[in-house]
Amino acid sequence: MTAEIVAAVLWTGVTAYAIFGGADFGAGFWDLFAGGSQKGAAPRELMDEAIGPVWEANHTWLIFDLVVLWTAFSEVFASVMTTLYVPLTLAAIGIVLRGSGFAFRRVTKQLAGRRLFGATFALSSVVTPFFLGAVLGAIASGRVPLGQHGDPITSWVNPTAFLTGFLAVATCAYLAAVFMVHEAHRNERGLERYFEVRAIGASIGAGLLALVGIYVLSNDAPFLFEGLTNEALPFVIVSAICGLATLAMLWKGMIRGTRVLAVLAVAAIIWAWGVAQHPYLLPGEITIQQAAGAEATMVALLVVFALAAVFVVPSLIWLYRLADEDRLEATEG
Amino acid sequence: MATSAQGTWRVAGGAGSLGSMLASWFAASFSAAAQPPPQLLPARMQMAFTLGTHIILACLGVAFPLVVLIANWYALRKDDPVALLLAKRWSKVMAVVFAVGAVTGTVLSFEMGLLWPRMLGQFGDVFGFPFAVEGIFFFLEAIFIAIYIYGWKRLSPKVHLWTAVPVVIAGIGGTVSVVAANAWMNHPAGFTMTPSGELTNVDPMAAMFNAGTGYQGLHMLLAAYMVTGFLVASVYAVGWMKGRKDRYHRLGFVIPFAIAAICTPIQIIVGDTAARQVFSKQPTKFAAMELVWKTGPNQPEYIGGILNEETGEVTGAIAIPGLNSILAGFSVNTVVQGLSEVPPEDRPPANVVHLAFDTMVGLGSLLLLLSGWFGFVYWRKRDLPKSKLFWLLAAASGVMAITAMEAGWIVTEVGRQPWIVYGIMRTEEAVTDAEGVWISFGVFVTLYAVVALGTVVVLRGMSRRWRETSDLDDIEDTDVPYGPRHAHEPHESEPG
Repeated sequence: MTAEIVAAVLWTGVTAYAIFGGADFGAGFWDLFAGGSQKGAAPRELMDEAIGPVWEANHTWLIFDLVVLWTAFSEVFASVMTTLYVPLTLAAIGIVLRGSGFAFRRVTKQLAGRRLFGATFALSSVVTPFFLGAVLGAIASGRVPLGQHGDPITSWVNPTAFLTGFLAVATCAYLAAVFMVHEAHRNERGLERYFEVRAIGASIGAGLLALVGIYVLSNDAPFLFEGLTNEALPFVIVSAICGLATLAMLWKGMIRGTRVLAVLAVAAIIWAWGVAQHPYLLPGEITIQQAAGAEATMVALLVVFALAAVFVVPSLIWLYRLADEDRLEATEG
Repeated sequence: MATSAQGTWRVAGGAGSLGSMLASWFAASFSAAAQPPPQLLPARMQMAFTLGTHIILACLGVAFPLVVLIANWYALRKDDPVALLLAKRWSKVMAVVFAVGAVTGTVLSFEMGLLWPRMLGQFGDVFGFPFAVEGIFFFLEAIFIAIYIYGWKRLSPKVHLWTAVPVVIAGIGGTVSVVAANAWMNHPAGFTMTPSGELTNVDPMAAMFNAGTGYQGLHMLLAAYMVTGFLVASVYAVGWMKGRKDRYHRLGFVIPFAIAAICTPIQIIVGDTAARQVFSKQPTKFAAMELVWKTGPNQPEYIGGILNEETGEVTGAIAIPGLNSILAGFSVNTVVQGLSEVPPEDRPPANVVHLAFDTMVGLGSLLLLLSGWFGFVYWRKRDLPKSKLFWLLAAASGVMAITAMEAGWIVTEVGRQPWIVYGIMRTEEAVTDAEGVWISFGVFVTLYAVVALGTVVVLRGMSRRWRETSDLDDIEDTDVPYGPRHAHEPHESEPG
């Protein structure tokens, strides 16, 4: 039972990273395609202001997820890391470049430097979610054997992992665009339509990928497909409805509520994946129960989660509220 | 409990791979156990390199907030615009350093599994717990540091000042937790191992609060404050030597230097206690630190010197008779265990450990003298020392503190070899079987060199901009901390 709760918290952490961390990566996606330094200046500046104060806190979900995985389900962590070392190393490199590029650009004044750091930030923001998404796809399609080496290449160079990789990139772009519509609306800088168009584009892109996914998963990951079309079907339907509703509202230029719907669409698909492979942590290899570490550790982790709920969650909410009220702002100089 | 790691993990890559060919050739030539896997060396080098880089940034991430907090507090209390300007500028430097520290720290979380999957696979649920606690502290640090850095303009000065307090506390908590995990590798606790390698009686609290947590945590924490204090102060010492003897440079030097100078004598005492802990709990590491070959009383303290690891002879050292025994147990009769007590394959590379230990102690002592000099002159004259030598040393103190800290870390990490979990798991048993670790090592060296270069370029650029507007009157016109917000500030920058 404790193992199931810890796994649920882990999944919540993954969801939080996908949504908040994902939106920050998505901002890099739009930064990459914002055009030249004149044309792209306004949207880039708005995105920079939006993610500046929050990206590090959002990034911490990834560290949280890794630490919980290795503490609670050590052998699964070791297996994932041993088989998928190629995409994980590439993701780690991307994370370093993304964070440094972003931090450096903020404090650089010369155009050439800003371009270099900006391009580094933007490009790595697109590449990193691809590899992280591919890792999830590799796990979900049962390509990580327990305690041995899966193939270091074909484990993630395959239809499912590429699908989830591209889906991750599309999801990040989608979330960022939806969040930025709100940001633009509040700041009244005339960028609402700019981001609405991009949100619509990204949601259509993500939707098309999901449709392709039906075909890919049914052939390449039958176990996952089976789960998604049975136990997890309600989650898939919720995700589809929320995604379509967001799309329709954005089309009509309605803003209120789209953020929540977009978040639900993404959260539902992550939980659909979890439910689909439940009770397995590594499909076909090991269940949550079998993978769980010592009971005392699981209980200790639950205590830590409770402390996090008391201290971290309210702090995080305060940070988001301050950001939303425009009370966090970079100083000049 | 999951199945035992040793039961499920299999040896080396696919058939026909170069690694396994070499491995089988070696196995045929020598005894199988004596051959370390080929990934061991690049894995250790990558870990040492990435951790050695991150540890500097981590020190700044942990200790810089206190430096900024003190400047900010002083500024508000005395209504001092110079201190306020320093606090504000420091918070910007902190923002850059914290960002790079956050991402290089993430790399380490990946590497725990990428490089040492067998250790994590087997002991993850024992020593992973302090990392989980550290994760929570880091969360709080990341949240409040963002509020502090971005809160200058639109939070009330008091609230804003207070948002730095959780950053300081979380930094301390995070350091102690993450060092607890390292201390556990030196003093494994909180489990029982069956002969088959199965772990029972796992107690994460006992693992976290192991015999090393207290002294190692405090030692690292003080090191972080020393590194940050001396490093920040050394920047202003250079400015001072270049003739910028204004209040801005004076405060910029005194605040961080005073913090470091207070920590230094405490650090020497903590370090001395730590050495005695190593003596009693990790005798082989202690023997390497002090180049002790034969077990016995009345051991000399070697300063410098090289140990011949065949004959046990020490050459080129200044030997102080009996001092090592006195330091270890307050008496020349204290028996110190020698390296020859354990078989050669269980010994760390003693000369590396000893050289690192001497470097740490030597630089620490020099920094103690420098701190005393500063304290004495300030006490007698209420002024900064005038001596050129003082300022030269002060300008070098940042680099000295970093070198001492890195040397200390080499003592604890290399001194523990060949064990990754002292006395229980050898480093070669923990390492990944994955191929291409040399490639990934090369990639990370290149990546970190680029990021280090970027950090230096960006920080120097900031410093140059600040110097150009170093006239305080100018600053107050255009750049008022806590000032009202302009309607919408024109950004002179062009995003690219």
